Amino acid sequence: MASIVTNAPERRASGWTAALRLILVRIGYALLTLLLVSIVVFVISGLLPGDAAQEMLGQSATPAAVAALRHEYGLDLPAHVRYLSWIKGIFGGDAGHSIVANMPVSEIIADRLPNSLVLAGLTTAVAVPLALLIGILSAVKRGSKTDRALNVATLSMVAVPEFLVATLAVLIFAVHLRLLPSIAMVSKDATWGQFLRSYALPVMSLAMVVIAQMARMTRAAVIDQLNKPYVEMAALKGVRPRRIVLYHVLPNAVGPIANAIALSLSYLLGGAIIVETIFNYPGLASLMVNAVTSRDMALLQTCAMIFCGAYLLLVLIADVVAILANPRLRAQ
Amino acid sequence: MAQKLTISRRELVGGALGAGLAATAGGLLLWKGGGKPANHAFVMRGDQQPRYGGRIRVSSIASSTADTLDPAKGSLSTDYARHNMVYNGLTRYDGLLNAQLELAEALESSDRQLWRVKLRKDVAFHDGKPLTSADVVYSLLRHKLPETASKVKTIADQFAEVRADGADEVLIRLTGPNADLPEILAQTQFLIIRDGTKNFHAANGTGPYRCTVFQPGVRTVGVRNPHYWKHGRPFLDEIELIAIPDEVSRVNALLSGDVHLVNAVDPRSTKRIKESGTHAVTETQSGLYTDLVMQQGMLPTSNPHFVLAMKYLLDRELIRRALFRNYAVIANDHPIPPNHRYFNSEIPQRQYDPDRAKYHIRQAGLTGARLPMFASPAAEASVDMASVVQEYGSRIGVNFAVNRVPSDGYWSAHWMKHPLTFGNINPRPTADLLFSLFFKSDAEWNEAHWNNPQFDRLLVEARGEADEARRKQLYGEMQQLVHDQAGVAIPVFISLIDGHDLRLKGLHPIPIGGLMGYMFADQVWWDG
Repeated sequence: MASIVTNAPERRASGWTAALRLILVRIGYALLTLLLVSIVVFVISGLLPGDAAQEMLGQSATPAAVAALRHEYGLDLPAHVRYLSWIKGIFGGDAGHSIVANMPVSEIIADRLPNSLVLAGLTTAVAVPLALLIGILSAVKRGSKTDRALNVATLSMVAVPEFLVATLAVLIFAVHLRLLPSIAMVSKDATWGQFLRSYALPVMSLAMVVIAQMARMTRAAVIDQLNKPYVEMAALKGVRPRRIVLYHVLPNAVGPIANAIALSLSYLLGGAIIVETIFNYPGLASLMVNAVTSRDMALLQTCAMIFCGAYLLLVLIADVVAILANPRLRAQ
Repeated sequence: MAQKLTISRRELVGGALGAGLAATAGGLLLWKGGGKPANHAFVMRGDQQPRYGGRIRVSSIASSTADTLDPAKGSLSTDYARHNMVYNGLTRYDGLLNAQLELAEALESSDRQLWRVKLRKDVAFHDGKPLTSADVVYSLLRHKLPETASKVKTIADQFAEVRADGADEVLIRLTGPNADLPEILAQTQFLIIRDGTKNFHAANGTGPYRCTVFQPGVRTVGVRNPHYWKHGRPFLDEIELIAIPDEVSRVNALLSGDVHLVNAVDPRSTKRIKESGTHAVTETQSGLYTDLVMQQGMLPTSNPHFVLAMKYLLDRELIRRALFRNYAVIANDHPIPPNHRYFNSEIPQRQYDPDRAKYHIRQAGLTGARLPMFASPAAEASVDMASVVQEYGSRIGVNFAVNRVPSDGYWSAHWMKHPLTFGNINPRPTADLLFSLFFKSDAEWNEAHWNNPQFDRLLVEARGEADEARRKQLYGEMQQLVHDQAGVAIPVFISLIDGHDLRLKGLHPIPIGGLMGYMFADQVWWDG
């Protein structure tokens, strides 16, 4: 009896260290993944026809002009030398120099990353609460008319491509009603009203897609828990439905929900390309497309690293949340 | 008079020398060098007076981290528009692509090889420094250096010597006579920057707007230059230049009032714009063309019968109507558009003629052959054109296999690399440039690797020819040679379509490109 009592805090402590160790191992794997991704991106982008010198000169690329530019930018060096010098720079905190823009990559990214983060952040702020609400509501009322209506709505939101949503939204709200701007111009001296107005349509288009995905996953996770015997037990003991959902079901469903949210949110950085294009929003995704078409390797690599890093970070956070929310996983 | 040859060569310019203003054929008045026009001394179409003030937002089609403030590197419409906001050239184009004097007060030559440029004395850069000959010498000579990566290096290579003669005069010695120097100097790349400029993170020009914001891939803002040397101009307080690559989004932004002027409108969108009641389109009939390139160094495209068969196989009317909704002008298998002063109207128009095409295919021994053809969205409308050729080819017993390849890397990986590809040639200001860049036997971009010594001789002769009538005749002969023999089939010249808010006034087409040949900045005003 005594041994059990003394053991309890120790076991709890070892549970936390185990979780910590797990997180550290995951970070190690994430770094390894980043390294591998950087090699893959470098190799694959090297397979694209043409290089930065040719793309810069475009249709007017003569062999002599291309050779001169290549030499100037060090593009005539062997691939592994270029890769090693880039990776050396990255470890030293220098993301390299964009030969197309003739600027340090870090400066270009510093310009664009905040835009992408604002768009992703606003979309998250709108989408996550709505998605949770829709998901939980339709799980609790599963089989009812509300559930079926929400199902149809979310399924059609998943099915409609966002360029259609965005274009229709522009046609209705910008061209016909003239309520909202058709392009998202970010200027630093914008008032709050202008800020919200210019973000309204892009955030709406992006949120449509991610809300639907997250709501579907939330519904499935909550229903899964609602069918468990402990819920029935709680109901039999007379616990009110709201309390069952909030205090009993949600903590158990948080793992899968966090995963669904992480996957959806990771889409908001790189996957916003269509919304960025339609609303002419200067974010990271269009920057990366630029980097690909102009064969701007340093910029392309850095963008790829950011997207990959953000994805790994979100998945890691989701895992940690799942581990911490579940005593059994914590103890493992 | 002989030493003022370029000027006297063109009636328009010649008559205007010394006068403050001159009317062009379009009924529009433009500034001329030499004069000192008083404030507000301009007359526009109709009796409408330009107004001052207002800010507009203009959207072109492409913007990326490659955006530049260096005129030498300008390669896209956004760059050209930005550079014309900030800088001036020695000359500029009018609506007929003749050169009008701009920063140059006079441009003279007796032998068309040694040119003397007299600069205006009342011009200053945005930082206050007056324009001198050193700036011009620097701006012109830097194109020859490989590290400048100038888009016009091959053209600038004909500057054998450029040197200052006093503070206000520059001597340009060419490697050979070229009567087109005034038109060449009007190209955007030859805009004048301050002596010694190496850093292009900010711009210091003599132009109508000072560049206050330049974010590559995002936007450029120009604020009215109050000390602009064209007195009374510009009219607008501010111009913001952005790019919306997606055509539908661009037109939506125009119609919703978020932008006021856009270029590269798809013919399919013109109806929407015209029906809005608040917006209009401007058609610029240009020299832009997409051509079918038949390599003369490869089989079977080197067979003259095959070349003729393809030229007869093109249904130009159909291409104009179906692909461009009549926003195009029928071409005659040579690169000079009908509105050009050297257009040879005596060459009979080649028509769609399946019987002749069939005959030539049979003569070439290609009946029943399977021929791969490369098309790409990079060459405007080439994918649709390839489909038309494929369809018509099957009717005369030739099986064209269309390979649709992505835009990305098309010019370096496919263009001119296969027997049958499509090219896309932007408008060029002079016949000489078109022929020298794309048809001369040893030109880098001689698309079809067409080799014709007679053509090359005519080209050099015409370049140095002083007599305008003789020059026209020489260029006429060259058009005939290209029409008959060259390995390119040119179905139509594609019109450039701009859309604008009706309150934006002062726009008129300049056939070198959309957005008034990218030179709208000091011409337009806002009537709102």
